[in-house]
Amino acid sequence: MATRPAGTLYRGKLGMWSWVLHRITGVGIYFFLLVHILDTALVRVSPEAYNSVVASYKTTIIGLAEIGLVGAILFHAFNGIRVILIDYWRKGAKYQNQMFWAVLVIWVVLMAGFVPRQLSHIFGA
Amino acid sequence: MAIIIEQPDAPRSRKGAQWEKRAWIFMRASGIILVFLIIGHLSVNLVLPEHGVKAIDFAFVAGKWASPFWQAYDGLLLWFALIHGTNGMRTLVNDYTEREWLRKSLNIALWVVAATLILLGTLVITTFDPCIDPNVHNYLPDLVCKG
Ligand code: HEM
Ligand code: HEM
Repeated sequence: MATRPAGTLYRGKLGMWSWVLHRITGVGIYFFLLVHILDTALVRVSPEAYNSVVASYKTTIIGLAEIGLVGAILFHAFNGIRVILIDYWRKGAKYQNQMFWAVLVIWVVLMAGFVPRQLSHIFGA
Repeated sequence: MAIIIEQPDAPRSRKGAQWEKRAWIFMRASGIILVFLIIGHLSVNLVLPEHGVKAIDFAFVAGKWASPFWQAYDGLLLWFALIHGTNGMRTLVNDYTEREWLRKSLNIALWVVAATLILLGTLVITTFDPCIDPNVHNYLPDLVCKG
């Protein structure tokens, strides 16, 4: 019986899924940044204008969305380093799978630190 | 729609290839810088303050931008994140659009948006004036306001 092809760096398996995730998170962060520069610009308008818009960042729903944003950034950041290592480190391509798991481990550890703190901020006094 | 592939093995113009190579290197160099800038930004604004995101208001920003360090920090973050993000979006536009006029228009739009927001963000940081808040002396007691 023929075995399934193992996939390559870019097609099938982890290499492709990490690339898809890298793309989606990059686009998501981009659109957040456009809005974020505009909301910060309100400090040039008046304290009231800035404070009332930033108040929406403190609501429960947006507070939960910030967990998604931070999750996306942490994945994009550490997977980005993995991509850079694949390109520049001699053994990068060989260890790309192991590095993907390392990215996930770092991500889980950092999120485990961030999520409870964020939840206590959102639901705390 | 017929897809015409003109000489797929024809080399790009030297200038075009040079530019793509620089963009490729920039994505990697800026990525490494951004890891530090963004993790620092999120720590200081979202995670470390006692009430997290709830601590952010005009006074919080005025307190940070009273220091040239945070002005420079946010300026670098602005320029690197926007150029990196815009160049990344350019890759997507080039991948997903088939019609040449649409591809060109979207790419121009991306860079117009980037230039506008870089200008706006830089002006916001450099011309920021805490004195527009009448209560400014409650949190910046040493500040001297004119008029
Ligand atoms: C929920 C997460 C975030 C919070 C709560 C937050 C908060 C803030 C605050 C309070 C400021 C005002 C200046 C300061 O205090 O430093 C600011 C400015 C800024 N932030 Fe964020 N930020 C977040 C995420 C991000 C991300 C992910 C990026 C980059 C992709 C980013 C990029 C910037 C930039 C470039 C500025 C300066 C804007 C300007 O020049 O007018 N921020 N942010
Ligand atoms: C936190 C640090 C970051 C690192 C280490 C990083 C790293 C990278 C790298 C290495 C690439 C190139 C991938 C490739 O050529 O295959 C890339 C692509 C991209 N990045 Fe980032 N990045 C970071 C932050 C950001 C930010 C803040 C944004 C949005 C404003 C962003 C948006 C994008 C986009 C849209 C792409 C294109 C994705 C694609 O071509 O599939 N990145 N990033």
